Amino acid sequence: MSNAGHMPSHPADQPHARLEIVSNPLLNSGAREMVGSMARRMGFSEEAAHQISLAIDEALCNVEHHGYDRRDDRPIWINIFAIGGLQRRAAESTNVDASPTIGMRIVIEDEARQVDPATIKSRPLEQIRPGGLGVHIIREVMDDVRYERRERVGMRLTMVKYKPGLGPTKNPAGELPGGSSSEGGTRGMTP
Amino acid sequence: MSDAGLQISTRTLQGPKGPITIVTPVGDIDLNGAPTLKIYLRQAYGGLNKDGRLIVDMSAVPYMDSSGLATLIESMQASRRVGFALIVCGLSARVRAIFEIAKLQSVFAIVPTLDDAMAK
Repeated sequence: MSNAGHMPSHPADQPHARLEIVSNPLLNSGAREMVGSMARRMGFSEEAAHQISLAIDEALCNVEHHGYDRRDDRPIWINIFAIGGLQRRAAESTNVDASPTIGMRIVIEDEARQVDPATIKSRPLEQIRPGGLGVHIIREVMDDVRYERRERVGMRLTMVKYKPGLGPTKNPAGELPGGSSSEGGTRGMTP
Repeated sequence: MSDAGLQISTRTLQGPKGPITIVTPVGDIDLNGAPTLKIYLRQAYGGLNKDGRLIVDMSAVPYMDSSGLATLIESMQASRRVGFALIVCGLSARVRAIFEIAKLQSVFAIVPTLDDAMAK
């Protein structure tokens, strides 16, 4: 884990925090709670932090359940970017409003089987049956969600959540403009 | 609570119309805990007929994800097939939110408390 607030500048394509876990659902609670805690410290509301935790959890479930076919010993990387940067260290300040963070980008990578991102869809909600709700939930609680194949192996899921009123304006279809709407790249994060 | 994993208890009472089985999970219901809840629920509704009632008391569940929802949906499908009543109670705001995100809040019979579920 790194704290960009201690550094004069932080490379935009490097995550502020990074967690590597194996694909065992036992670890999901720790991962989601850690990221939720970071979100609260970055000044997200309790509700937004919970939504971010939920999105992390659903994403991990999908990787473990579908990507790795329930194998519990495969790697998953969770990369956290504070969009706008982190609040600089200020020992006597408790004012979270001073945080420059306007949003959080979470990039989850794996070495699971690759699928066409266009096929990753939630099922129609009118079909009341178990399963298939994770993608819907992620898209519902996050502002921007995109799946892509990694260069050599595995998949990459990028999710963005902005603080209210601080993100780019969505178009009438509810999409963010330009396909990539926030600072910070995703290169070179994983082996 | 999530540190200790999911704990589940079950008890059955005799109601005026038939047996009432109450399943009480304690802890987070996620991909790690949902398979255990599924076993308990299957055992619970396996003993119910159309006069029975299955109550899932969620008052000690601080967190649930789509794995938990899927488990409850399976029980709901069984209730429609067999005819017993399925009632979910004690939802925290966070757990209720996931029902709403999945647009399932009107599909399930959801009441505020266990007392409400018993009286329903």
